[in-house]
Amino acid sequence: MMRVFKDSGKTIKSLLKERILILDGAMGTMIQRHILSEEDFRGERFKNHDHSLKGNNDLLSITRPDIIKDIHAAYYAAGADIAETNTFSSTVIAQADYHLEDAVYDLNFQSAKIAREVADEFTHKNPDKPRFVAGSIGPTNRTASISPDVNDPGFRAITFEELRAAYFQQVDALLDGGVDMLLVETVFDTLNAKAALFAIDDVFEKRGEEVPVMVSGTITDASGRTLTGQTTEAFLYSLEHFPMLSIGLNCALGAKQLRPYLKILSGKAPFAVSAHPNAGLPNAFGQYDQTADEMAEEVEDFLKNNFLNILGGCCGTTPEHISAIAKVAAKYAPRQYEAQQVLNHA
Amino acid sequence: MMKLSGLEGLVIRPNSNFINIGERTNVTGSRKFLRLIREDKYDEAVSIALEQVEGGAQIIDVNMDEGMLDGEKAMVRFLNLIAAEPDIAKVPFMIDSSKWSIIEAGLRCVQGKSIVNSISLKGGEAEFLYQARQIRKYGAAVVVMAFDELGQADTLDRRIEICQRSYDLLTQKVGFPADDIIFDPNIFPVATGLEEHQNNAIDFFESTKWIKENLPGAKVSGGVSNVSFSFRGNDTVREAMHSAFLYHAVKAGMDMGIVNPALLGVYSDIDKDLLDRVEDVLLNRREDATERLLEFAEAIGQSTKEIDKKAEEWRSLPVNERLAHALVKGIDSYIIEDTEESRKSHDRPLHVIEGPLMDGMNIVGDLFGSGKMFLPQVVKSARVMKKSVAYLLPFIEDDKRENDDKSAAGKIVLATVKGDVHDIGKNIVGVVLACNNYEVIDLGVMVPADKIIARAIEENADIIGLSGLITPSLDEMVNVAQEMERVGLKIPLLIGGATTSRVHTAVKIEEHYKRSQAVHVLDASRSVTVVERLLSKDKEAYINEIKADYAKVRDHHANKSARKEFLTYEDSVANKMEIDWDEFSDKQKPKMLGLQHFKKYSLREIASYIDWTPFFQTWELHGKFPQILEDEVVGTEARRVYSDATEMLKEIITNKWLRANGVIGIWPANTVNGDTIEVYNSDGSGEVIHRFECMRQQIKKAQGQPNLSLADFIAPKESGKKDYIGGFAVSSGFGIEPHLERYRADHDDYNSIMLKALADRLAEAFAELMHEKVRKDFWGYGSKENLSKEELIKEKYRGIRPAAGYPACPDHTEKPGLFELLHAEELTGITLTENFAMYPASAVSGLYFAHPESKYFGVGRISKDQVEDMAKRKSMSFEEMQKWLSPNLNY
Repeated sequence: MMRVFKDSGKTIKSLLKERILILDGAMGTMIQRHILSEEDFRGERFKNHDHSLKGNNDLLSITRPDIIKDIHAAYYAAGADIAETNTFSSTVIAQADYHLEDAVYDLNFQSAKIAREVADEFTHKNPDKPRFVAGSIGPTNRTASISPDVNDPGFRAITFEELRAAYFQQVDALLDGGVDMLLVETVFDTLNAKAALFAIDDVFEKRGEEVPVMVSGTITDASGRTLTGQTTEAFLYSLEHFPMLSIGLNCALGAKQLRPYLKILSGKAPFAVSAHPNAGLPNAFGQYDQTADEMAEEVEDFLKNNFLNILGGCCGTTPEHISAIAKVAAKYAPRQYEAQQVLNHA
Repeated sequence: MMKLSGLEGLVIRPNSNFINIGERTNVTGSRKFLRLIREDKYDEAVSIALEQVEGGAQIIDVNMDEGMLDGEKAMVRFLNLIAAEPDIAKVPFMIDSSKWSIIEAGLRCVQGKSIVNSISLKGGEAEFLYQARQIRKYGAAVVVMAFDELGQADTLDRRIEICQRSYDLLTQKVGFPADDIIFDPNIFPVATGLEEHQNNAIDFFESTKWIKENLPGAKVSGGVSNVSFSFRGNDTVREAMHSAFLYHAVKAGMDMGIVNPALLGVYSDIDKDLLDRVEDVLLNRREDATERLLEFAEAIGQSTKEIDKKAEEWRSLPVNERLAHALVKGIDSYIIEDTEESRKSHDRPLHVIEGPLMDGMNIVGDLFGSGKMFLPQVVKSARVMKKSVAYLLPFIEDDKRENDDKSAAGKIVLATVKGDVHDIGKNIVGVVLACNNYEVIDLGVMVPADKIIARAIEENADIIGLSGLITPSLDEMVNVAQEMERVGLKIPLLIGGATTSRVHTAVKIEEHYKRSQAVHVLDASRSVTVVERLLSKDKEAYINEIKADYAKVRDHHANKSARKEFLTYEDSVANKMEIDWDEFSDKQKPKMLGLQHFKKYSLREIASYIDWTPFFQTWELHGKFPQILEDEVVGTEARRVYSDATEMLKEIITNKWLRANGVIGIWPANTVNGDTIEVYNSDGSGEVIHRFECMRQQIKKAQGQPNLSLADFIAPKESGKKDYIGGFAVSSGFGIEPHLERYRADHDDYNSIMLKALADRLAEAFAELMHEKVRKDFWGYGSKENLSKEELIKEKYRGIRPAAGYPACPDHTEKPGLFELLHAEELTGITLTENFAMYPASAVSGLYFAHPESKYFGVGRISKDQVEDMAKRKSMSFEEMQKWLSPNLNY
């Protein structure tokens, strides 16, 4: 079947050549600013649900869309070009913890729809700065390539096929809801990401349309490896077969700690390179203290060195952070990666 | 290049050494492994995989194809188990099965980029295409067997036919990257006694060569032990056959193979008589080759005792030679007693290491470097070395105490840099330094920069020492130096290892580490003196000495036309050549836009364009053609080579020894920002399809003289004029290898050089001919041109065709872009190595400029600001840009 590349995808590609695009910041950090009760999470629709729902942030897209829309709007107002849908955990695998497998389609569709509405409002107000929606696709809470049981290293709590089916459903619903692009993020197990990309390809095939795909991995700690033990190079080589828009890193580390790994991606990846670091490392209470200006100073180092094409924030970042990094990013040219593509084929 | 991954990346480049694929975790190849799987002893089965990796396997082949096994279940269970062992999982896996369901089950378990072994056209095109597409979606590379609907390829022609067809289907229909395709052209047994098997090895070598020449990007692999099938049970003969087979196969271009390192001898160590007989069989050199090898094999069988005696003969050599022998052969049975004997004969135990052991390892290094030893064997040698050193260590400690050494004289952090696994040299340096009372903290191999630095800070180290053996390690050392500078370290940096050099340290490393000093250390024996002086009171003086020395080295290296003045890059752009573009009319508009390619172009026609003068220069006969033929001094010799050359040229043309392919292209273009030539889609859409980044002369010119750049010859965008640029890539070197091989076999250097020189001349002539066609026909601005051959040679026409790597455009990294634009690989078969050399070697590529004022010039030396600007424009790191332009730097 012929696949059509969506127009918004073409726009993104051409914008990437001109400037560094800004991704939004943390969703969870912003939701925590509200004091929410079990009732807020349940809303009318899940009033009688058989399981506690407090803490299921993705559900707020259905039960408190006002909050989520405000957060998207705050990030767009801060200068973000791309907002992520509130769907990090919207797969049947992650929602099983809340017995909400049946709500997965709606979670994705609604999240995409409300983000779309906010984006369109902003684009309408200022057509010179079009805004985009990226469907957020998390890693789920299971790993396909390591065993959760130390006594049985050959055991797996999830299979490639189960992941693929779950991701297929999520991606299809996100596209129905009108996202411009997809973001496979916080990849701690490359095999999970491969299943997601496999599913995305299947969905594109089914729908006959394509949108740009971003992939972002997570380097767990100073070992420089993913949770499942891969180096940054190995991570890149394992996923390079997929014609993605960008590859990058997010979460777990602050900007400063991400530097050596971004340098590697920047030097080797034949795609755009993205980063959405945490606001530094968490303090003893698990909170992020790094201020917007501190973060902006750290990311400026990447920008000076032309490491990046897309920049945003992960845990602990707020619209203030995004506004600060957007201002710095505006001063620098994006990384050029056509030459890397050529070199790679030489 | 092919990129694979386990937990770590594995990049296979065109010039990579042979890649060993471990074959012991294969139930069809190892009875022991089969038994373990059958008996559900997976723990032991996993340890076999570990032994393989430790023994030097860079990829692990896993096969569970056995009738009594549930292959899918066994494959999944085993892959999941080895995924949990980082020491195994660091390498990529090869998922090996003849059943698609087992392959797919395996692909669903691996996070890295693995290789599927294998698919083929056996079940028809539809199945082949489906499986290839799925493999691509799972993100794996693939081995393709030379097998089709009619059966397995058993002749050269059938191999070629099937590989070509598979390649076309994969690259054209599936969009499978050629770099991820590995052909297995079938290794069949030789010396079977059947006449039809006589050419089996040769056919493999020939098809390998053919694949590498005609299917750009594709790799070649195979199961090596098959070739010696007839000699099962006779390991002496089998080992010799494997080594000799690999020696020839690797020369033909084989990239990787499934081998058992235990059954692999050292090529140069094979008994001369045996090697002759083996090669007679492999190369089908004589009628009775098989009988003669059988005779030899039977003789061994009958007199194993004699052989044993012969094998033990080396035991009667002097002890130091025995140590060398043990290292080269990787024999550890006697290493302790020999080490002890040698220790007694030396004053200090350390001298055993510095003397005989180092000598032995140097031999190993040479053999490895010349392709006569393979990695698993080197690993074996290293083990013997380590055993010997381990034995000596307690003696060295005692020796140190006796010599009354007190507190540590200093702390040194040693590491083999990221991406490199070679540590023999570094370990020796560690031992030698420790013996001299330094505290050595050895971080091991593949250590990233941040780890080295963090540890050095933590330990408050006095010196950091870096080691590396492969070329990319040189860049990594630069990276470490930069990082040391960035974090503010102030301790000396030692650089050592086989590929490092004083020149490299002086030119590339020193400048990045200004806070202290980078010092190259030639070998372990010098390390003590260097460290001593770096930590002594006269440290400053020593460092100044080094700085002065390195400055001299740099000067010499740069061969500086010193004291010349240079403009800033900005000023040099401002002083560009001003062409009056208002004068410029649309007469330049080419008749053709886009690409035009030529295959098997008439050699006869090309030959008439040969410029003979450079041909004589190849033979170091200087003078212009044709006058040179009558020259008093060299005339006689010139006439002789000329007559031989015309003779051979006739052969080349009539017997079609060579093939000439080429491609040309013309596109709309404009210059922007001074030195960037934007190339636009020939469909008129204005889409920028490429940017050529040109280099500009920066030397200060006389008043009124411009600082030239090729970009000056194309109309700038702001002029509003439509301009055009052309490009070409031609080669006349296809098919040259068998002929060169023939001469090589005859030790006929003269004809070999002659053929290469003629191929080069034909390539240049082809370029000249193409250029004329472009001027007269395709572009058409020279349609009225009427020049003699001599005038052509003198370039009396309008326009130029500068080539990347030549004075007007010294930047080799412009080639890949040109090749992409021209689709040169697909349309001509000319490929670029990772260092941008063209293959076949007799090839020319470059750009066409048509403006009447365009002319050849030399860029000369340029300053750092231009390198920085280029790096930015080409989105390369400054370091990388600088690396490529190093011959042109004025600093």
